[in-house]
Amino acid sequence: MSASTEYLRDGTADSGRSAGSAARALAAGRAARRRAHSVRAGALALAVVVLFAVSVLLGSYTVTVPDFFRILGGAQIPGASFIVLENKLPRALMAVLVGIGFGMAGTIFQTLLRNPLASPDVIGISYGASASAVTAIVLFGASGAAVSFAAVAGGLAVAAALYLTARRGGLGGYRLILVGIAFAAVLHALVNFLLTRADLRTAAEALVWLTGSLNSSNWDRAVLLGGALVLLVPAALVLSRILQLLELGDDAAAGLGVRVEASRAALILTGACLAAVSTAAAGPVAAVAFLCGPIARRLVGGPPSLALAGLVGAVLVLAADFAAANLIPGTSLPVGVLTGALGAPVLLWLLISVNRSGQGG
Amino acid sequence: MADTPRVPSTLEARSITLGYDERKVVDGLTVTLPPGRVSVIVGANGSGKSTLLRGLARLLKPSSGSVLLDGQDLRSLPSRAVARTIGLLPQSPVPPGGITVAELVGRGRYPHQGWFRRWTPGDDAAVAEALRVTDTLSFADRSVDELSGGQRQRVWIALALAQQTDILLLDEPTTFLDVAHQVEVLDLITDLNRGSGTTVAMVLHDLNLAARYADHLIVLKDGRLAAQGPPAAVVTPGLVREVFGLVCTVIADPVAGTPLVVPVGRHHTAPVPAGAGTGAAS
Repeated sequence: MSASTEYLRDGTADSGRSAGSAARALAAGRAARRRAHSVRAGALALAVVVLFAVSVLLGSYTVTVPDFFRILGGAQIPGASFIVLENKLPRALMAVLVGIGFGMAGTIFQTLLRNPLASPDVIGISYGASASAVTAIVLFGASGAAVSFAAVAGGLAVAAALYLTARRGGLGGYRLILVGIAFAAVLHALVNFLLTRADLRTAAEALVWLTGSLNSSNWDRAVLLGGALVLLVPAALVLSRILQLLELGDDAAAGLGVRVEASRAALILTGACLAAVSTAAAGPVAAVAFLCGPIARRLVGGPPSLALAGLVGAVLVLAADFAAANLIPGTSLPVGVLTGALGAPVLLWLLISVNRSGQGG
Repeated sequence: MADTPRVPSTLEARSITLGYDERKVVDGLTVTLPPGRVSVIVGANGSGKSTLLRGLARLLKPSSGSVLLDGQDLRSLPSRAVARTIGLLPQSPVPPGGITVAELVGRGRYPHQGWFRRWTPGDDAAVAEALRVTDTLSFADRSVDELSGGQRQRVWIALALAQQTDILLLDEPTTFLDVAHQVEVLDLITDLNRGSGTTVAMVLHDLNLAARYADHLIVLKDGRLAAQGPPAAVVTPGLVREVFGLVCTVIADPVAGTPLVVPVGRHHTAPVPAGAGTGAAS
């Protein structure tokens, strides 16, 4: 607020000096905003570290900190070594990666389409990945990496179909979202149908593709997902500047020198890839993609950065997975059950508030 | 705004045809924006005013003909380089929720920044100047959502100014504003033109405000040029009747001396003052 009063005082001073000090005040305001943003990002990163430690050390099987470092150092502690190295670590790592992937993907689509409802889980991209994976499992008996690739291909196919369908009438507004919701419904029905055709064991395996779960995390999946994100996250961060301009609308962005069509295609491709590889790793962890953007926006009180949204996702999935795994003793719920339960009221709240203000986000 | 005097850029359309899908909206139009002057594009609804402006701003690709910036085809120039010469205020833009005025106006610096170039004091100076000129400095830290329609429009103009371009294109900058704010925005645009020699082209709905604020009037009818030139020469009862289908009297604006169109409807017509030209005669 002190910056504002300074502008006011400048208004009465001579314009030459005022312009200089106004520029300094603007720079100070920008620095303050960046600091506030960094503080929040730092707090979220700290939360990720704490939750990561909690997931690995506590829960159904408790490991002491000294034991944990001995295990990392290569010591063999019967039982503990296996559980930490083969279960808890890859699971926590995947929770972080999936959270980042969904958080960034959701925010890219929500910002690009200027509507908080436009996240990849709502507009069918995640279900495209699910349907394709379940098809591969049930009809072709696929397993392992083949299922992951099928999931990525399915997610991208839906993104491409959406892009082409909605393109003719302009991508803005509700058009793409309505088309996407229709896609999601059809694909959801397809997954349900396939599950009824599958034998019990296959069906149990395919069930994860309905809500999303980290129960079958392992190093192979974690490394595959990590590798994909190493490429996709920097691409998304580089494109985020263009995203900020496209958010002003196609015409304004073009006026500022953005090549609108190419930029939008690149952003949709990156967002769809992020959502698809995350879905391929853990299923469509319900509502995470959809929640991160609005939560990050609340945290900074303005348009959030993609990095912040990714951190929110990591916190959300780590916390939800730890809770889901330990809420009912002896039963490990899929993480998607919990995030889905969290997402429903937020969806309703967004529907109401978006409707009231007559515009997205 | 720049420290060195600029050689004004010239933007011209050479027999351009513009449209959406199959529908032609602007048909083989040739027009040059006089450098350093204010041009206003007028015409009836659907006459292609906004389409022409969108074509000049390279938002629409001409199906034939070309738009030339200093003799070079806009399509052959890098997009960002064009954005350093031509600024645009689109029709009813929507700000991202929660964005502050300073942040929004700061986005106008994009054409001057590289992919990884950091923000410079020059950028801050340009934003501060744009805010000062539009009288929006006092709410630089406020959220755009909180502003009134007139204030918001000044902020969008500031965004285009932060771009520091020779040419400024505005698509109906006064829509949704009450009459006081319309005059305020048009005065501001005139200040910019007179203060820094910016070439301005804008679409306006209100023929009388257009006649007052334009140096050069471009009148469209059905996607073709109906007339162009100084308002005093262009705005006649005959033209208004031909272009807008409106029978009217044209008198001298008692304030500015520019042509003032007084519509003749079917009701409320007092005897026509002697000496005033009228299109109702023929």
